Amino acid sequence: MSDNIVGIEYNRVTNTSSTDFPGHSANGDFSWDIEKFKDSFDIQISYITERTANFDLVNIDTSIANAFRRVMIAEVPSVAAEAVYMFMNTSVIQDEVLAHRIGLIPLKVDPDLLNWVDKTLDENERYTEENTVVLSLDVVCTKNSHAPKNSTNPKELYKNAHIYAKDLKFEPQGGQAERFKIKPVAADPDILLAKLRPGQEISLRAHCILGIGSDHAKFSPVATASYRLMPVINITEPIRGDSAKRFQKCFPSGVIGINKNGEAYVKDARKDTVSREVLRHEEFNGKVKLGRKRDHFIFNVESTGAMSPEEIFFKSVRVLKNKAQYLRNCPIGQ
Amino acid sequence: MAELEDVSMVDEKIEQVEEEEQEYDLDKIKLLPGSSDDGSAASFQIIDEDHTLGNALRYIIMKNPEVEFCGYSIPHPSENKLNIRIQTYGSITAVEALHQGLDNLTELCTVIEDKFSEKIEAGGYKTVETTNNI
Repeated sequence: MSDNIVGIEYNRVTNTSSTDFPGHSANGDFSWDIEKFKDSFDIQISYITERTANFDLVNIDTSIANAFRRVMIAEVPSVAAEAVYMFMNTSVIQDEVLAHRIGLIPLKVDPDLLNWVDKTLDENERYTEENTVVLSLDVVCTKNSHAPKNSTNPKELYKNAHIYAKDLKFEPQGGQAERFKIKPVAADPDILLAKLRPGQEISLRAHCILGIGSDHAKFSPVATASYRLMPVINITEPIRGDSAKRFQKCFPSGVIGINKNGEAYVKDARKDTVSREVLRHEEFNGKVKLGRKRDHFIFNVESTGAMSPEEIFFKSVRVLKNKAQYLRNCPIGQ
Repeated sequence: MAELEDVSMVDEKIEQVEEEEQEYDLDKIKLLPGSSDDGSAASFQIIDEDHTLGNALRYIIMKNPEVEFCGYSIPHPSENKLNIRIQTYGSITAVEALHQGLDNLTELCTVIEDKFSEKIEAGGYKTVETTNNI
């Protein structure tokens, strides 16, 4: 197999690390050339929705693709509740548990509208309208006098029995009402925060600030950001007739097609999950080779809702670029 | 009067330079013991960086034909330190190789950024999720 394909065998993988470095082999010039990279590198976008994106980065090394994946998860900033001030909580859910749940709620706040909190400042001066969004939750559960007779449904029997993420209300501070054209709210309104019974109440303020995923997972802008390598299926000997049908069944539907001569052919390797089922069958022994392209990454990015997935990828590229530029300008100490 | 203005301008310039220098962390990167006398081989320690920059930087420095060896390690998982070793064939110093690597990495990011925005602007992709090409 060609040298940029990871071999996938019955119980092992081969040829996993890249060798495109100068001096590694006699033939080929592998020195860094931005023009060559510009010509060969490609991005193919499959789809981008409000919350998810699927795109391919082609002809790029694992170290770079993995850096973007890592940055998207842990270093692209987003907004989450950091401090929760409880004024009243007579519900059965404890203060710290409730605070934790509020912290994990994904918020629809543009991170570019906030500045970083200076942690060196005194706690009383730390939070300003430039760096903090305040959300409030004030709910009291009461009996519903108009509840249908014999009802056992708490939603009918009581008012405010269930407290959801949508009950967190934005409290604009100073000029925030104009600055935030889109009101900061929970990205998913129907996340259950707490359940109440008549007489119980919750009153709190949540201070939401900028942060990064490496500090706390609540600041991660993605639900998942992952990649897989493009599968390669190589049929080395013709597979025909009933055997072809059995061969087709070893793969997810749509991967293998059968032409009019009854011969199996690879229709769409991208759909393959690389389950290696085909390698368990004696009759296909030596007739097929499985592999993955080592420099073809199929990215899947799922946003938590604050930013669009393409914006998250953009930011990850910029974060890596800033890291390199910053380090370039840092003086090297002894 | 002209003299006075000149002096104040020079003062301003010095202030600007000082400000720029202050922006960069003096402890971010340091030279580790074990460098060669001619500077062709050296190890560096970078604070607050991990595999994200380490592996990408290692790759791009290894792509430099003047570099004989480049490797990185995270000496301890609970310390936020990154060690990187560079040995060149002698025509450039290890510091130069590091700086070229960082420049190349910056350049690479620019290409990716441009390519991605070009593809987004060009459109032609689906805006609904298709389950069969996850």
